[in-house]
Amino acid sequence: MTDKPKVGVYVCHCGINISATVDVETVADYALKLPNVEVARTYSYMCSDPGQVLIKNDIKEHGLNRIIVASCSPRMHEPTFRKAIQEAGLNPYYLEMANIREQCSWVHEDMEEATAKSKKLVASAVAKVRLLEALESKEVDAEPAALIIGAGIAGIQAALDIADAGFKVFLVEKTPSVGGRMAQLDKTFPTLDCSACILTPKMVDCASHPNIELLSYSEVEEIGGYIGNFDVKVRKKARYVDFDKCTGCGDCAAECRVKDRFPSEFDQGMGKRSAIYLPFPQAVPAKYTIDPESCLYLTRGKCGKGPKCQEVCKAEAINFEQEDEIVEFKVGAVIVATGFDPFDASRKPEYGYNDYPNVITGMEMERLVSASGPTGGKVKVFNGEEEIEPKEVAFIKCVGSRDASVGNEYCSRVCCMYVAKQAHLIRDKIPDANIRVYYIDVRAFGKGFEEFYDRVRRENVRYIRGNPSEIFKRGNKLVVKVEDTLTATPLEDEVDLVVLGVGLEPRADMREIMDLLRLSQSPDRFFLEAHPKLRPVDTATEGVFLAGCCQGPKDIPDTVAQAKGAASSAMIPLARGKVMISAQVAEVDEATCRGCGFCVNICPYTAIELVKINRFGHEVEVARVNEALCKGCGSCSAGCLSDSIQPKSFRDRQILPQIAALGVLK
Amino acid sequence: MSTESQTFTEKYDLLGCIQCGRCTGGCPVTVRADLNVRRFVYDAYYEEKLDELARLAEIWDCTACHTCAVRCPKGLKPLEVLLGLRTMIIESGKVEPTVRDALQSVLLEGNPWEKSRAARSDWMEGLDVKIAEPGVPVENLFFVCCTIAYDPRVKSIARNIVGLLNKSGVDYAFLDESETCCGSEVFTLGEEGLFEMLVEDNTELLNEYTAKRLVCLSPHCFTTYKTRYPDLKAEVIHYTQLLVELLEEGKLNWKGDLQKTIVYHDPCYLGKQSNVYDEPRTLLKNIPGVKMVEFERSRERSLCCEGGGGKMWVESESKKERLAETRIKDAKALEADIVAVACPFCVLTLEDAMKSLGYEEEMRVAEIMELLGEFVEA
Ligand SMILES: Cc1cc2nc3c(=O)[nH]c(=O)nc-3n(C[C@H](O)[C@H](O)[C@H](O)COP(=O)(O)OP(=O)(O)OC[C@H]3O[C@@H](n4cnc5c(N)ncnc54)[C@H](O)[C@@H]3O)c2cc1C
Ligand code: SF4
Ligand code: SF4
Ligand code: SF4
Ligand code: SF4
Ligand code: SF4
Repeated sequence: MTDKPKVGVYVCHCGINISATVDVETVADYALKLPNVEVARTYSYMCSDPGQVLIKNDIKEHGLNRIIVASCSPRMHEPTFRKAIQEAGLNPYYLEMANIREQCSWVHEDMEEATAKSKKLVASAVAKVRLLEALESKEVDAEPAALIIGAGIAGIQAALDIADAGFKVFLVEKTPSVGGRMAQLDKTFPTLDCSACILTPKMVDCASHPNIELLSYSEVEEIGGYIGNFDVKVRKKARYVDFDKCTGCGDCAAECRVKDRFPSEFDQGMGKRSAIYLPFPQAVPAKYTIDPESCLYLTRGKCGKGPKCQEVCKAEAINFEQEDEIVEFKVGAVIVATGFDPFDASRKPEYGYNDYPNVITGMEMERLVSASGPTGGKVKVFNGEEEIEPKEVAFIKCVGSRDASVGNEYCSRVCCMYVAKQAHLIRDKIPDANIRVYYIDVRAFGKGFEEFYDRVRRENVRYIRGNPSEIFKRGNKLVVKVEDTLTATPLEDEVDLVVLGVGLEPRADMREIMDLLRLSQSPDRFFLEAHPKLRPVDTATEGVFLAGCCQGPKDIPDTVAQAKGAASSAMIPLARGKVMISAQVAEVDEATCRGCGFCVNICPYTAIELVKINRFGHEVEVARVNEALCKGCGSCSAGCLSDSIQPKSFRDRQILPQIAALGVLK
Repeated sequence: MSTESQTFTEKYDLLGCIQCGRCTGGCPVTVRADLNVRRFVYDAYYEEKLDELARLAEIWDCTACHTCAVRCPKGLKPLEVLLGLRTMIIESGKVEPTVRDALQSVLLEGNPWEKSRAARSDWMEGLDVKIAEPGVPVENLFFVCCTIAYDPRVKSIARNIVGLLNKSGVDYAFLDESETCCGSEVFTLGEEGLFEMLVEDNTELLNEYTAKRLVCLSPHCFTTYKTRYPDLKAEVIHYTQLLVELLEEGKLNWKGDLQKTIVYHDPCYLGKQSNVYDEPRTLLKNIPGVKMVEFERSRERSLCCEGGGGKMWVESESKKERLAETRIKDAKALEADIVAVACPFCVLTLEDAMKSLGYEEEMRVAEIMELLGEFVEA
């Protein structure tokens, strides 16, 4: 840029957010006296349409070629103002923002001092803006396909939406079947829809959809690249069953030499399965899988005279030679929908979950009341002596939630309602049962929730306010030691069955995904979204989105809503077919770079590699930046010993005067 | 530590409480006393009510078992509200003579039992005990405990372990008469000033000995040193932890044969408060011939024996069955011959209960170290 810099400074009131603490007029007057500043104005909301028009008109009238907006953090509105000045014919990178809100008015009280600091921030921005260079954003093609990790209701819904829009979806599910936790539920609150009835059609759809490639019993091993161009490597674990040949008849499981010997994961260990199994009758795909950890042949090399399953399988689908398979593909966007783990009740030993078979979790209760569950829907428990139909039933809420003693301070959001639902189901199945719910608060915030809670209470479910402290046994009864806090009465309540309303926790294996995609956790340890309000499905990694309980506890309606949100966000690059890559990336001065490779190791985004170039007839190595991967973080620049790598817009010659300007002013 | 400017509400984080009732729900003494600790957490918010609350007799029913604190979902220590109220009483001087004398004795003689400091190491009589010297590095520095040092009923805990240590060749040393009360019961009786003084003095004294570990014989000293002495340099362990190390190294040689059924009672200060559950059981299990049974309420759910919280000096007004009696009856129902414990206070309360129930003939209450004294070569 050879033009003489002509700077316009725009000081925002931000309603009274800034002007109540900063004398904006004084700041503007001061700015006008700074070198190269042609225009300085204040306005109530710079980001509003009239505010932007103000800037655009000045650019045209006064021939401004550098703009400073003294307002809020660039996080939100830098793109707004870049776009505005671009519309007025300026290079969008000729913009600098002075953050006089977050860094000034919001954190100071004294007007005089805050005004003085705002002046400094503006002067410093002026010092830099004059030195900025024009940059061009580049676009690269985006692969019109998406990867979805996890096929619970969140992953299934997102996959269907994206596939219906005409894009290819790779849906990767760790377990042999899609469905996630929702598949285990009996009825769903607050409407009492049968979970399987509303979920199964969607499961089937996602297996048969022409645009969905379902990779079940698979795990993502590697993800490289960047938004628009992710390279994915998936391991399809060996099922030891030929996927195409297996008809799902189940003869193998019925004849397996270790038939019904192992705890069924789907039935929460209450039911049993064989070494070769289908997790549940409606599983999708309806293909059997041999569990390598329980199969005789795979663990000991011998199953009777020969594998029984192989002998009985008419389709000849059993194949012990099968090996894991690696599948590689490219996608433009990724949705993480890996869900949650139910809280492990043995972490609260005072409730005796490990000791008493009639202390069960909410997840187990779902299976117990389910017609497809281990008892065929009959509520029967073993009280240590005999199997009984429980007449005295207690629910305990907030188990593992809102509880600093187990490190979970958050509310799990679904247990209040699923407990109400399960109390209703017990009332249905055991009309003469005495049912009480021990609660601290009842959080019935969703659509139809309070109404449902009202209904359940009137079905003679007694809500007692107090969180039990201990459970032990006396005779064949469980004693719940609790205080009824409304009457201040300590109780030893004798019951037949205790249902622990366990909360939702981040998955124990979430670190694998965090490492693959560079995701972070919020303080509750669930995946961190880019902004808690305005970007709830985005992550700090561009092109990677979150859906469902992996981001925080939620019920099915919220999970589905979020999955649809994530799907629509993920479809933006796919639909455009192109992604913009930032222009503010690092650049190497190949003349001075010594090829030491220091920056290569520093870069947290693996954006730098060493390449060979010809320098005056000599082959030398220099660093080269992959602009699509570079985030412009500047780490490399801080590390480079010869100042050869520098992020554009943040070069030493641009930021040093900016810093200096902060110091010289009083 | 107490800061003058902190209000009661701030000091005990009363506003952190969600009134869930887990504290009172778990409190073992609710079955025999009127104490409702949650109500105190609620009511103490009103500064003008504090005097009235402090005068309520039930603040002295708390045994400092800490169940309320362990269970509280919001990280409060409800019992400390009661201790804060006790402090008000102590400061006003209107305290029971037994309590006053115990505290006076700690101040003057370094123990709450009104015994002379000079007699503190009398328990060593006739034994070859290594005595610690300041500055001389030692692996395991032992802290005996006032009760074990002076009470003839539990002295054998210390005496027996000395023999065992000498035999196994571990690097150890005991303190001489300079050993001073850890302040566990001073703290729970609410004498904050004296407790702070003890922490300061004991920290200084114990840090003079370049010890790697401080091995406590009583769980009360163990937990107090571990949790309330921030500047102590040595790692604090309980003797059962050391003995399990020796066991694993093959340094405990068993002798004889104990054809008895043992039930182990988890002391609150060892189990609930410090999560030492397995070591005592491991030791007992290894005694030749022993059959172990478990209380229904064991480990994290163990029932308090009411020995702590200053209860040694405050009589309960309740006429209902003592928890120690409940415990002994449960042991009886399990057909246990021996109720084993790892705490001098538990020995005293449970034995007392056993005697008043008239089970002396068929049952025995024993500290683990008593049994090891009989069945490990020394
Ligand atoms: C006891 C109980 C009862 C409930 N009842 C109701 C109710 O009545 N109504 C209601 O609205 N909500 C209810 N909920 C909440 C409901 O279960 C959740 O909202 C819902 O399951 C969330 O779906 P999701 O897809 O986010 O997670 P999940 O269901 O957990 O699915 C995640 C999927 O991702 C897979 N996965 C995980 N990691 C990987 C990986 N690394 N690679 C590949 N795949 C992976 C998992 O195998 C799983 O299939 C209940 C919850 C509980 C605990
Ligand atoms: S090989 Fe034997 S144990 Fe393994 S799945 Fe087949 S029948 Fe079952
Ligand atoms: S939803 Fe209800 S039961 Fe679950 S943690 Fe929140 S308040 Fe407790
Ligand atoms: S600026 Fe950051 S992301 Fe870009 S190359 Fe340098 S270190 Fe890597
Ligand atoms: S357990 Fe904690 S939060 Fe609950 S009532 Fe007691 S002090 Fe309050
Ligand atoms: S310390 Fe024990 S006795 Fe005291 S209030 Fe807490 S639970 Fe009750």
